[in-house]
Amino acid sequence: MASERMAAPAEAVPDPFLPLPYEVVSRTAETPDTVTLVLRPRPGTPPLEFSAGQFNMLYRFPLGEVAISISGDRTHPRELVHTIRSAGKITASLTQATPGETIGVRGPFGTGWPIDRATQGDLLIVAGGLGLPPLRPALYEILAHRDRFDRIEVIYGARSPKDLVYYDELQTWRSRPGVRFQVTVDAAGRDWYGDVGLVTARLPDTRVDAARTTAFLCGPEIMMRLTAQALDRMGVPDRAIWLSMERNMKCAVGLCGHCQYGPSFVCRDGPIFSYRDVKARMMLREV
Amino acid sequence: MNALTVGEKRTLERKDLAHLLSALRSAGYRVVGPTIRDGAIVYGEIGREEDLPIGWTDRQDAGTYRLERRTDSAVFGFNVGPHSWKKYLFPSRERLWTAHKTGTSFEIAPEPREEVAFAFLGMRACELAGLDVSDRVFDGKVHDPGYHARRTRLLRIAVQCGQAGGTCFCVSMGTGPAVRRGFDLALTEILSPARHYFLVEVGTEAGAAVLVDVPLGPAEGPDTEAANEIVARTAASMGRTLNVDGIHDLLLSNPEHPRWEIVARRCLSCTNCTMVCPTCFCHTTEEVPDLGGDRVERWRRWDSCFNLEFTSLHGSSVRKSGLSRYRQWLTHKLAGWYDQFDTSGCIGCGRCITWCPVGIDITEEVAAIRTVPSKPGAKP
Repeated sequence: MASERMAAPAEAVPDPFLPLPYEVVSRTAETPDTVTLVLRPRPGTPPLEFSAGQFNMLYRFPLGEVAISISGDRTHPRELVHTIRSAGKITASLTQATPGETIGVRGPFGTGWPIDRATQGDLLIVAGGLGLPPLRPALYEILAHRDRFDRIEVIYGARSPKDLVYYDELQTWRSRPGVRFQVTVDAAGRDWYGDVGLVTARLPDTRVDAARTTAFLCGPEIMMRLTAQALDRMGVPDRAIWLSMERNMKCAVGLCGHCQYGPSFVCRDGPIFSYRDVKARMMLREV
Repeated sequence: MNALTVGEKRTLERKDLAHLLSALRSAGYRVVGPTIRDGAIVYGEIGREEDLPIGWTDRQDAGTYRLERRTDSAVFGFNVGPHSWKKYLFPSRERLWTAHKTGTSFEIAPEPREEVAFAFLGMRACELAGLDVSDRVFDGKVHDPGYHARRTRLLRIAVQCGQAGGTCFCVSMGTGPAVRRGFDLALTEILSPARHYFLVEVGTEAGAAVLVDVPLGPAEGPDTEAANEIVARTAASMGRTLNVDGIHDLLLSNPEHPRWEIVARRCLSCTNCTMVCPTCFCHTTEEVPDLGGDRVERWRRWDSCFNLEFTSLHGSSVRKSGLSRYRQWLTHKLAGWYDQFDTSGCIGCGRCITWCPVGIDITEEVAAIRTVPSKPGAKP
């Protein structure tokens, strides 16, 4: 009987749209418009296991959700770390969140940096602006297993010295043996003693063995394109260049269609793509 | 009467159609199907058989849709209109959850799942294919809870097309006109001066169950032959054709074809094609707060890749030009869908052609891109 069939409730499926409650534990100002929030699951919310490079949807009551990369250490899943720049209504409010407040979290979503593929060779990390936070979990993981890699170089560029995030940590990383960590800014005053110029200007100076190098790039699309093209010319295999794409996102689970990038959903098939797979579409306008 | 088995065929006289409707209702189904509203055949509640467009047909061409009286009293003597069944499974507006303020925090209450069981009366072969496409989107790798709940209870009553519309190209897409699978019941309307009846084929046990108390006659060889002839005639009179050979690579290797510029000059970015398309799934979310700000609802509503804000990122839009938006829609529909869902996103129903205010024809655009291929290599 149809009525019998209908009496059986539809098999319950998990609801991918429900944010889970997290408590803001700390808020640290990174730059004039960027803060780092540490979140802790509220009682009843399980810790969030993630891969370096994945992102969450953060919900700010009553405004809405935004996609933000996870920027903490994945070996400490009870401390969920996000670095957020105030760019719109929701991110502006998130950067004002104070300890004790609740933030809704959905995630983690997307692909991670293929760290295992980078072992047994050189690793080059290039971050531009707020491209460093999505790479920081990878840095933690790589530095914790330093012996698995040969040469490691990091190039981090920002608009100006005051736009550098994780300032204290940068000093630690820069002084750490076994990692060459270069910081460059587009423009600076007289009190800046470091490099000035785009990240691409630092590339000829790297000492990695191009053919054996894996590169992780994160930053503005134009920066990633120019860097990938330069690495390509230097002889880094295109399949070994990885970059993190950004698009408008609403659902984060491949249903809403907003983040489509050619035939890929950035939320599900990305955000980390190999340059070989997206090279052609990166050269086109308005994809 | 014992329930029929899957694959069995029977006949249902036209005068007994009302029995099928009441059988559906007594089984607890909410019957929706074609009905006339605002000068078009749309999908709505079917309370009684007079709600169906009896004796009406539609005449369709690029940018044109007209209702006309038939010379007979066929019940399903028309093709598809501006609505598609997605409006029931994936409503144009749907609440996802509600958040309440609690002191300095908030709590989120999930949306209760409605228990409604729809019976879709009059699904065409292309629309069954469209349902399969939607299932892959909403009930495949990820389950959309609302879609899943409504889909699980759905009863699909298919109707064979007795004629092809002016913008139909289901034969090209391999989705019709013959209803072959994916139905609970399939009807073929057979109309002769002597007799007006339906050949009924049972597709599932759920379909058989609703027929238990419906008066049916035996289906003989000539009934099946008459039904086959009707479908063959429809197949031979398609309004449009679309050559799908190598279409995935054709479109992905032609992102800079000059045709995109030509079609973009005509396209109004009005979003009509995406609204009428049975498989277009893009949606956005919005927060709807109450006046006090203590309660806010998360809603989703249909969105379109033709909207400028669709790709907004850092205060700008990725796809600013009409060219890039039309290219995205067509390339996704006919090529990207294969990568994402292992199927074409197009079912050949022709709605996007009929309801385009300037009559842009997807089949004509593909033909133009095929005729003058630009240099291959680049992939979007």
